[in-house]
Amino acid sequence: MNKCTERVYNGLIKENPTFVLMLGMCPTLAVTTSAMNGVGMGLSTTVVLVLSNMLISMLRKVIPDSVRMPAFIVVVASFVTIVQFLLEGFVPSLYDSLGIYIPLIVVNCIILGRAESYASKNPVLPSIFDGIGMGLGFTFGLTCIGIVRELIGTGAIFGAQILPLADTAAGVGGYVPVTIFILPPGAFLVLAFLVAAMNKIRKRAEKKGKKIAEPQGCGADCASCGGCEGKVFPTGNEE
Amino acid sequence: MSENKLKMSSSPHIRSKATTSNIMLMVTIALLPAAAFGVWNFGLPAFGMLVTTTVTAVLTEYIYEKLMHKKITVGDWSAVVTGLLLGLNMPPTAPWWMGALGSVFAILIVKQLFGGLGQNFMNPALGARCFLLISFTSQMTTFVYDGVTGPTPLASLKSGEAVNSMDMLIGTIPGTIGETSVIAIIIGAIFLILMGIIDLRIPGTYIVTFVIFIGIFGHFANPNVGFFDPQYITAHLCGGGLMLGAWFMATDYVTSPITKKGQYVYGILLGVLTGLFRLFGASAEGVSYAIIISNLLVPLIERVTLPKPFGKGGEK
Repeated sequence: MNKCTERVYNGLIKENPTFVLMLGMCPTLAVTTSAMNGVGMGLSTTVVLVLSNMLISMLRKVIPDSVRMPAFIVVVASFVTIVQFLLEGFVPSLYDSLGIYIPLIVVNCIILGRAESYASKNPVLPSIFDGIGMGLGFTFGLTCIGIVRELIGTGAIFGAQILPLADTAAGVGGYVPVTIFILPPGAFLVLAFLVAAMNKIRKRAEKKGKKIAEPQGCGADCASCGGCEGKVFPTGNEE
Repeated sequence: MSENKLKMSSSPHIRSKATTSNIMLMVTIALLPAAAFGVWNFGLPAFGMLVTTTVTAVLTEYIYEKLMHKKITVGDWSAVVTGLLLGLNMPPTAPWWMGALGSVFAILIVKQLFGGLGQNFMNPALGARCFLLISFTSQMTTFVYDGVTGPTPLASLKSGEAVNSMDMLIGTIPGTIGETSVIAIIIGAIFLILMGIIDLRIPGTYIVTFVIFIGIFGHFANPNVGFFDPQYITAHLCGGGLMLGAWFMATDYVTSPITKKGQYVYGILLGVLTGLFRLFGASAEGVSYAIIISNLLVPLIERVTLPKPFGKGGEK
């Protein structure tokens, strides 16, 4: 089981898809206008990720190498469709606010990236935990961004008003929301500052001799790695 | 003896006395007429706003550079110019903390995080103004004049009402602190031109393009206006932030092209964008967005208009 906990740690911290790998930026920037949206998007992606990792790992010896991409997409798209219908049926409000980004999970490069670089080469159980780790890491990233944006942009967290709003008409002093943070530019600002903060923490940890940021699969850093075999991150063709 | 006379050194051999702090000081002085008129026009709140933005801008720059162990560049007056320009772009009724927040955004995010003076990709004061405009739309677009909340002449013009161009020329109209008085701005601009700090290329092309655009397309936006209606054009020239933007913000050294041809292209772009935003956009004013969008295109403009060195790159 040690390998499985390692996968979860890897996804959450070491290779956090949002803050370290910078994968899936499109939903990250677009839907994180509130903390709830972040959690919803993150969990939907996690479900798809776990299930698709599992199925692809099961089928890894069956799928011919030359048609693996279409095969992965078919698997992922099926699960996304299921998740979409479930969301529409049970949490219609979340479904409405996430909108087009639910079907777009199909082309989220985290899912395809994990299928290609991990699930298609590893046994079922570690793949499931890899999906859980990456999914939770994505959820964590989206929720962080969502909390900051919602707090600054509306003064609330998860819909609960933390900072009392000012009312100029009634002459009541209070917090004046900085609306730009729930608009697209705010997403970029918050993401940049959170990544900067994460890098700062990581650098400090590394100074203490604790290596956190190590590329997966090889013992040393990428420069001395000389090409990790089969380690492909689809960075150039996301969405 | 002759060794002393024939000094060998690498270029440049002719040095201008202009330094960053010199130029920025001149710009500050040139902004003072507009600032003084704003204070006279809007009273104490305007003065408080100008002081707040300027002091906050300088403090932010100092604290950031102190914390990051960088060279302290507060003495070069550029932070003062940024703060003052932002203050001139604020409505006098906006709360002071808003101006302070804008100054922090201008210096910290738009300027310092991109590498400080000379590295910023857009005009810091305008970046901050747009940040505030998007964030606090109602406070940034509510103008109180003589105790009455009313539309700016530009907004009245957009909704097809008649405006008094004379008041707009002098500046006794609602608006942001520094944009109302065309005369005060022109005094500052003439000073800058005489001192050789700015030339007519960018503001000239900007204003001429804008006049042509408004002259032709004003009719389509507002059917009551004829082609090249002098009164309509004058009102557009004197209203809003066009003059402040054209003379003081579009000419910012860092965010305008250095090539001559590029400056003309930049001016035309500014004129067209401003006209487009004013006539067909949702809000009455479009100068700040036009300038920051053009700022973003400056690297491309410079690349396209780079002059060829003599004798090189001829036709093959």
